[in-house]
Amino acid sequence: MAAAGAIRTAGRGGLLERLSDALWRRPRLLLLLLLLPPALWLGIIYLGALFALLAQSFFSIDEFSGLIVYEPTLKTYRELLTPANLDIIQRTVTMAALVTLAAAVVAFPIAYYAARYARGRWKALFYLGVMLPLWSSYLVKVYSWKLILAKEGILTWALGKVGLLWLLEAWLALPGVGGNSLSTSFTGTFLVFLYVWLPFMILPIQAALERVPGSMLEASGDLGATPAQTFRHVILPLALPGVIAGSIFTFSLTLGDYIIPQIVGTSARFIGQAVYQHQGTAGNIPLAAAFAVVPIAIMGLYLWWARRMGAFDAL
Amino acid sequence: MPAAVEFRDVCRFFGTVRAVDRVSMEIAEGEFFAMLGPSGSGKTTCLRLIAGFEQPTHGAVRIFGQDMTGVPPYRRAVNTVFQDYALFPHLNVLDNVAYGLMVAGRGRAERRREAEAALELVQLPGYGARRPGELSGGQRQRVALARALVMKPRVLLLDETLGALDLKLREQMQEELKALQRKVGITFVFVTHDQGEALSMADRIAVFNEGRIEQIGTPEEVYNRPAKPFVADFVGSSNVLPPEVTFAVAGRRAWASLRPEAIRLVGGGRPARVLATAFLGASTRLHLEMAGLDITMLLPRGAQVPQPGETVSIGWADGDLHLMESA
Repeated sequence: MAAAGAIRTAGRGGLLERLSDALWRRPRLLLLLLLLPPALWLGIIYLGALFALLAQSFFSIDEFSGLIVYEPTLKTYRELLTPANLDIIQRTVTMAALVTLAAAVVAFPIAYYAARYARGRWKALFYLGVMLPLWSSYLVKVYSWKLILAKEGILTWALGKVGLLWLLEAWLALPGVGGNSLSTSFTGTFLVFLYVWLPFMILPIQAALERVPGSMLEASGDLGATPAQTFRHVILPLALPGVIAGSIFTFSLTLGDYIIPQIVGTSARFIGQAVYQHQGTAGNIPLAAAFAVVPIAIMGLYLWWARRMGAFDAL
Repeated sequence: MPAAVEFRDVCRFFGTVRAVDRVSMEIAEGEFFAMLGPSGSGKTTCLRLIAGFEQPTHGAVRIFGQDMTGVPPYRRAVNTVFQDYALFPHLNVLDNVAYGLMVAGRGRAERRREAEAALELVQLPGYGARRPGELSGGQRQRVALARALVMKPRVLLLDETLGALDLKLREQMQEELKALQRKVGITFVFVTHDQGEALSMADRIAVFNEGRIEQIGTPEEVYNRPAKPFVADFVGSSNVLPPEVTFAVAGRRAWASLRPEAIRLVGGGRPARVLATAFLGASTRLHLEMAGLDITMLLPRGAQVPQPGETVSIGWADGDLHLMESA
């Protein structure tokens, strides 16, 4: 008989090996060690700063001295609810809702194609097409859009060439959405928002649809459902968590953005611009904080509503 | 009366792959019909051609005499039990079963009544409020069955339906399916790669290989009188003797099939060397080498098991050597 091999293979006994042996026996300790740094980062720097900001909204500003009075009060929230500020909130929420709705409608067919039909090279092309805009500077894209939408821009020129300028002019003559040119209208702001946030809607919907097996759609058809019924009763409910995830991005990003409405659109302000101005030039940190609470509250309500509507049942 | 399902020279090609290659068959109404074959043999594609998920490249599929070319799945009076069950995860069991009635626009009360009756039929009464995710594999299968049966299809298609179940449950479901089919009297078309399943359940079997049907017949015909070496080998792992061996043992030059259980250890038979043995419980399988040919035989329980390397003497009744038409 040859000598049997050792039952326990000997390590080289280095410090790292002994450490990995010790951690192998205490997996929870390893998990704790791995989670602690990001938890601290998230907890203190991220959430801590956020709560510090929100706490500011319960202070107020002295109207004469312009200094912050560090006493808990709801005075700032009363100020938030003045007609001029409510107008800003309403405009922003309307814009966010329209952008989200339009993004969902535009994103769905693209995501559906990518999830169901695109394979191999076409799938790579899809990811490239969706992600490429995210790689270039946000400011460059917004300024490009300003040029595209300008009165002398390519869009107006192209519409003039195909004889549809009257359509653009009729649209710009409409109150609320119109203006001198697309780049100085509510419509222009909407188009740029739609463009920059679209990838954030496509990708979650595509991920949700990717998880729906083809047999489920066949089963629906097999049971007598027309394609429209299959869409309504199977595809849409199963894609809904993805649509909700995407809408969280598009909705909250639109609620908080202050650059796009600054560059493209009318002079009417959005929440982000109000926050920027109050904490900057106006030095009214409490009101800026109160404005910042609005998107958080709206998103909270939105998620609560989505949950109640069963949007996450398919998860 | 027209056949429940009729294939006339049906082909289905995917690019250069001939998934289904000139298949013709007739499935009678009320029949339990099995399509048996290895994976990639075209049996599932045939099922999908009946369901309408695939369209034939050539030829025509008829259901109760009507040409189904260009008819979408949702306009066909057939329903499918899918291999992965394909239950809707966002609906509870009752709504899953009632789905077909719902899209057909039936009233809520009627849907509920019929779905509950269907759940009763598959022995899952009172499970309506659960989610598919909370059910076991066997239960999901019954829900899938109820969901198809509630539509009262003229033909029910079952795609490898029992494949995912463990052996005991599978045998139980085989008996239940057979009993259910007798009870509802619907034509069942069943796809399987398990020859035991096909033999025990089907009225008739179509054996598929490489997109073609090798043989159609009753389980007894297919098992006892395989038409081709492939059928003999695939159904019951028969010993297939090439023409020269058949000539040596029986004096006829033809392919022949010899069932493992037909071979016996006898005195004064043909010599064969034992290569390996495997204990199967009810019997012992012997791998033998006879005249340069691998032979399998089953030794009944209680018999003396020879050791590998020994030479034994084997024989069989003349009637057990079945001659086949061709390769």
